[in-house]
Amino acid sequence: MKPVFEITRGMLPTDTSYCPGCAHGIAHRIIMETLVEMGQLENTIGVTPIGCSIVSHEFMNVEMCESAHGRAPAIASGIRRVHPDKMVFTYQGDGDLASIGAGEIVHAAHRGEKFTTFFINNGIYGMTGGQMAPTTLIGQKATTAPEGRDPELTGWPLRVAEMLATIPGAVFVERVALNSPANVMKAKKVIRKAPEIQQKKLGFTFVEILSTCPTNWGKTPIEACKWIDEKVIPYYPLGNLRTPEEA
Amino acid sequence: MSEKVLMKGNEAFGEAAIRGGARFYFGYPITPQNEVPEFMSRELNKRGGQFVQAESELAAVNMAYGAAAAGGRVFISTSSPGFALMQEGMSFMASAEIPVVAMNVSRGGPGVGGIQPGQADYFQATRGGGNGDYHIPVFAPSTLQEAVDMIYEAFEIADKYRNPVLILADGMMGQMMEPVVLPEQKEQLQSEDIASRKPWALTGWGGKEKRSTVVSLHMKPDVLEECVEKLFVKYRAAEKELVRYETHDLEGAQVVFVAFGTMARIVSEAMEMLGEQGIKAGMIRPQSLWPYPYCAFDEIDTATTKVVISTELSMGQMLQDVNIGVCGRWPTDLIYRTGGIVPTSLEIVERTKKILEGLKK
Repeated sequence: MKPVFEITRGMLPTDTSYCPGCAHGIAHRIIMETLVEMGQLENTIGVTPIGCSIVSHEFMNVEMCESAHGRAPAIASGIRRVHPDKMVFTYQGDGDLASIGAGEIVHAAHRGEKFTTFFINNGIYGMTGGQMAPTTLIGQKATTAPEGRDPELTGWPLRVAEMLATIPGAVFVERVALNSPANVMKAKKVIRKAPEIQQKKLGFTFVEILSTCPTNWGKTPIEACKWIDEKVIPYYPLGNLRTPEEA
Repeated sequence: MSEKVLMKGNEAFGEAAIRGGARFYFGYPITPQNEVPEFMSRELNKRGGQFVQAESELAAVNMAYGAAAAGGRVFISTSSPGFALMQEGMSFMASAEIPVVAMNVSRGGPGVGGIQPGQADYFQATRGGGNGDYHIPVFAPSTLQEAVDMIYEAFEIADKYRNPVLILADGMMGQMMEPVVLPEQKEQLQSEDIASRKPWALTGWGGKEKRSTVVSLHMKPDVLEECVEKLFVKYRAAEKELVRYETHDLEGAQVVFVAFGTMARIVSEAMEMLGEQGIKAGMIRPQSLWPYPYCAFDEIDTATTKVVISTELSMGQMLQDVNIGVCGRWPTDLIYRTGGIVPTSLEIVERTKKILEGLKK
């Protein structure tokens, strides 16, 4: 009998620690499925951020390194220099990457580091309990923006993919979302392109993944997915911002 | 074969690291150690390694963390304010048991301070500038030859203890020239051999018995306590195995100086001058600052010694350790210059005589 569905061996046989309706689990699974399909699972080294997904090495079946807050791109740069033929990626949230690690991600892109960053943008600090991130939308409530984000006080939400796409060393930059089956299918295709370009050693590759945080958004999982369509995507449009000609 | 050459300190440090097998160097410009990254950028790439200029010391230490977690032999260097930024990485590497050799060519502080030689990073180096319960072995050379030898050996110590190791020099040593005998080039660990030689390192799990992860998060307090206790088993062994010091002329000495690095060179000269004036002086020269050679103080001549003087380019930071070593057996005092000023031997002689006169009152 031929199995119609198997859990990918890219994921370890354990429950994740993520909240119901959080998209980390989907992101983990499609990244790991991709590495299995590419025959790269055994050849991959990942770097986890500070945030809910610091423990993602307990779920993703690749060798991984925990990092200090925001420093994953520096750590991945070091790993990639030692192992130029391995697949290297960082998996980072928006508090980690867009705030405390803004310097490290910009300069990894600037040096054209040959690894891939999967940037999980849910517009809020998850693990610490819902504080405002650089990516929090105008008017969106957070525990450090109780009246909603006011641009006069806190500036405007940072579009990281657009910013990185201005850097010559960032050869592949695309934004995807995980809020519907159709978007997940599209995201998976994009997520495969980044490591393929990494293998060609053309430069830094980056996929921004719009994700949900129902717990800290104060929404049900279904409302959270809807909110991505209605509020998040209009500010953070999906699509490709850079693809190398050689790809 | 080993060879004797005249070299500038900062370049000799880089050469010693390469000969010690370092294949990866991550640095950021800061005076007075700029010749280290400049030397590494010239030399490392053509000698089988890689130089990367980081965007900050924070990034440099984290690149070092990543490269060493991946099994590479890594050297980093900086100067005082830069080492302050690197403390995040030192704590993480100690926690995750990642071996890296770091060099601090220190200058005057606090704050931006100045760019002249200083030893005011003594606390930062020996007390652990980062968060949490950990130690970093610290070695303090006083000649370029000693620096070369210490750097060369530090990689073995870092690997043995799986912990960062710090070489604490000062701006004087970085900038001066001295003849050094360079040791032989050690065999470089190639990337394809890492998985077999360092099974804990990150190489991808293909061909391995066990998947490696490099972690420092332990959410359960009892697990964290156990991990810290495990680190301290290592540190207790290091306290026995890594204590290094020299003593000079302790027998019959009236005055015992305690000095390391550049200060020990000047104290040697002051000891001769004092001897010519009929004052017999000895010296304890700590070569390891952590673990500190407290046992050296047991060698002080009880019959003759009147005072033990910590002699430093800082405001008595080492005096705390001197007092622990002395343990109330003799009066202690301090001779210091700070802010980047290095005293002359004559200045030390004059201050010593004043201290001795003060004891008579």
